[in-house]
Amino acid sequence: MKIRFVLNGETTELDVPGDRRVVDVLREDVGLTGAKESCGSGDCGACTILVDGESRLSCLMLAAQLQGRRITTIEGLGSEAQLHPIQSAFTQYGAVQCGFCIPGMVLATADLLKRNPSPSREQIRRGLGGNLCRCTGYQKIVDAVQAAASRSADHEKPLRDDK
Amino acid sequence: MKNKDKPPELQPFFDKNIAGDVVPSIGISMPRIDAYAKVTGRERYAADYYGFDMIWAGVKRAGIPHARLKSVNTQAAENLPGVIAVLTHKNISGSNRQGVIRKDQPVLVDDKVRHCGDAVALVLAEDKETLAKAIKLTSADFEPLPGVFTTETALEENAPLVHEDHPGGNVLLKASLEIGSVQSAKEHCDVLVEACFETPLVEHAYLETEAGWAQLKEDGKLEIVASTQTPFRDRMEVADALGLEPERIRMIAPYAGGAFGGKDGVTVQSLLGLAALHANGRPVKMWWSREESFIAGTKRHAARMYYRLGAKADGSLHSLDTRLYFDTGPYDHLGGVVITLALEHSGGPYRIPNVSFKGWAVYTNNPIGGAFRGFGVAQVTAAMEQMMDMLAEKLAMDPLKLRLKNAVRKGDKNCVGVTLTHSTGLVECLEAVARHPLWTERAAWKSKAGPFKRRGAGIVALMHASGYGPVVPDVANAKVELTAEGKIKVYCGVVDMGQGNAATNLQIAGSILCQNVDRIELILPDTDRTLPSGSASASRCTYTFGNALIGACETLKLRILQRAADLLMVDDCDETALIPGAVRHLPTGREIPLHRLATFMNESERTATQRFRAPTAKEIPPVGNEIRLHGFPHTLFSYGAHLVRVEVNELTGVVDVKRYLSVSDCGKIINPHVYEQQIQGAIAQGIGYALSEEVQVNEGKVLTADLATFIIPAASDVPEIESQPVEIYEPSGPYGLKGVGEIATNGPLPAIANAVADACGVRIFRSPLTPSRVLRALRERLSEGGVH
Ligand code: FES
Ligand code: FES
Repeated sequence: MKIRFVLNGETTELDVPGDRRVVDVLREDVGLTGAKESCGSGDCGACTILVDGESRLSCLMLAAQLQGRRITTIEGLGSEAQLHPIQSAFTQYGAVQCGFCIPGMVLATADLLKRNPSPSREQIRRGLGGNLCRCTGYQKIVDAVQAAASRSADHEKPLRDDK
Repeated sequence: MKNKDKPPELQPFFDKNIAGDVVPSIGISMPRIDAYAKVTGRERYAADYYGFDMIWAGVKRAGIPHARLKSVNTQAAENLPGVIAVLTHKNISGSNRQGVIRKDQPVLVDDKVRHCGDAVALVLAEDKETLAKAIKLTSADFEPLPGVFTTETALEENAPLVHEDHPGGNVLLKASLEIGSVQSAKEHCDVLVEACFETPLVEHAYLETEAGWAQLKEDGKLEIVASTQTPFRDRMEVADALGLEPERIRMIAPYAGGAFGGKDGVTVQSLLGLAALHANGRPVKMWWSREESFIAGTKRHAARMYYRLGAKADGSLHSLDTRLYFDTGPYDHLGGVVITLALEHSGGPYRIPNVSFKGWAVYTNNPIGGAFRGFGVAQVTAAMEQMMDMLAEKLAMDPLKLRLKNAVRKGDKNCVGVTLTHSTGLVECLEAVARHPLWTERAAWKSKAGPFKRRGAGIVALMHASGYGPVVPDVANAKVELTAEGKIKVYCGVVDMGQGNAATNLQIAGSILCQNVDRIELILPDTDRTLPSGSASASRCTYTFGNALIGACETLKLRILQRAADLLMVDDCDETALIPGAVRHLPTGREIPLHRLATFMNESERTATQRFRAPTAKEIPPVGNEIRLHGFPHTLFSYGAHLVRVEVNELTGVVDVKRYLSVSDCGKIINPHVYEQQIQGAIAQGIGYALSEEVQVNEGKVLTADLATFIIPAASDVPEIESQPVEIYEPSGPYGLKGVGEIATNGPLPAIANAVADACGVRIFRSPLTPSRVLRALRERLSEGGVH
């Protein structure tokens, strides 16, 4: 099946089975391995991507559902030389350990901050409830999200959630 | 007090360009260098290796706990289009055995299945879908055998044997130690407390499940990329199991997506090696599903522990009698080492003159017990630290004072007879907790519990050994190079599974050689490029490798300065200094860029190496040689004291962890962020261990094989954690550091159990403290009329 969608700002056309999982399309067909698979059943959030700016689990999405959508993966958010403010906050506040949960965590944060630009720590913890991390104990992730939020409030500019 | 709802202090945000200009120093919180590629999704983990023309490999699991294998039926799968090969033990020409101490685990079952996760056949297919079908089509004929599923039944006289050839029967290892006399000591004790504790089987649940990639290269070399903690040991294991020369194998260990002990030893490696040998030079990938990881991966040993503790009326400990039963599953893996470390820590960080410790690692047909952060110490600490609270209650003594009274100090003998000659900061940790408002103001806080809520506070004292102990050399070999381009390459011998040691290596090298981050490149563990430096485990990584690295960097530094002095024609290299990218002659200001200097030096002159072996205990306590071979005793320990505040809901039984304080003596700190990461992450794992995590197994079958039924903490299950260091300089450590990787995992279970007992007046001897267990205990207590 032919699928047309915008991937990290670029119009993309693929010919893949409509029932292929999006996480496989991204990782295997497109070669973007930033979306991680950790459970394959919607329990961990490691495979989070943004679909029209909202966080979705790519292990539970099928290729046909990409049709006409704007998709942002972690690779589309920022680069090492020009980090997105959330990515920057994650590195600065020590929120990254093994890092396997981090792409999903960062994208889930982008969605969270769009809906609630200045969340309390409690709201951050609840807002990221679908993203598991086994390394950090979450505290520095909460620090980073809070810092990213107040930084973007300082600058009174919305966070770029995609390009 | 509930939440520290203030934003963290705002730091300027840097991208890699700016961070790259920083010259590292020791003792500051530098952003971890690995974070940049990870946060942008560009880091390539073992699970992210694909490649042109790649083949998928997967395993047919036994699905039956104990059986004789009669035959494997591969035909149906082989006939499926897209299937490249279906391999069985007959395709293996080596020993087909793996294991760190006792080699008792087959790569592919040849005689007997010993647990449901055993690998019966290895399937190679063009794609994942075909692979899944082919695995379903592969079957085996078994002659089922009666199994053993508890340590009690496994130890019965006529129990079925898991390994008929093992001289100890189902006892993999019995460890024991006797000092003084617990028999006569009993007469001398004013109080005795006795209890039995049960702790569950636990899954590591790293986010990156077991994964790897392999290819047989044209020159005959077998290249294996794996998510592993032990590339050098893996190479030997794979070589032996598959019958290859070790030099033919190259193991590459990228950053792992979590490991926590679960990748301490071979997971996918031999299977992938075997697959690559049958793949016509095509690359092969294997990536276990979450379910497979639950079924086939190693776990934290389930344990049953009998304790009897005696003390004088003034609270001084007098005798301790323990019996530990650890369910090691069907294979040694590291079970013997785990029971030995458990035994060593079973009396906690206290002076106890009379002890009798016995421990059994017992073979069963349950999932494999193995290494897991805490390594046996998590279990015994859960028991001992609850015993201390029970004793305090019986003595009507403050639990913190009781611990302080018995705490080991430098120069003491610990309860297994080892003189503590290294820094010993337990008292400082306990005193910091004693001073903290979370402790001093607990009564007022408790009294404010709302309706149907009960509040309590609990404390624990901790110690955790680092390194391998006396027999297996705890060695690291560091290598640093001034490249021809004038940059610095650090060859990391120890895997970074997320704990941040690679970034710490950069910090050490950058600080000694005065080079900014961008001028330093890290080479991750690779048996062809880096030097063997042991496993990423045992709270040893930065202690052992860091010491070696400091030596290598100092050597290289001196060589660079001397060479520069020669070229500048100055007598004394003391007048020269390294600066980013160059050497400067300080009196004249003349400089030589490093890339120029490098052209005058050949490769061996530009490279420095250093070996470091960690110190070992010189005493020989009264134990058998077996136990020494398994790593007993240690000489270097980290210490800690934890405090937790909990609120128990009387109606639901839910235990809400409100606040957590950890004070640790892990020596001096190189990077405070990395230190806090270790403490906070370990505490979160410990909270899961205390409250929710339990791999449920019935007749050897895992019933909770996903993250929906095996519950690890999410962000709102973990409270704000305060982690204070007491930075006592440890002279043998790199910049005074000691290990911090494991100790904090051991605290939460007993601390929370103590807090729940403080809140509700009930003690629950079987963990995790799930709502139903808490409710049951509350009801029982109510029906006894004891709760007020
Ligand atoms: S992999 Fe998609 S939620 Fe876990
Ligand atoms: S950083 Fe390892 S799982 Fe989150």
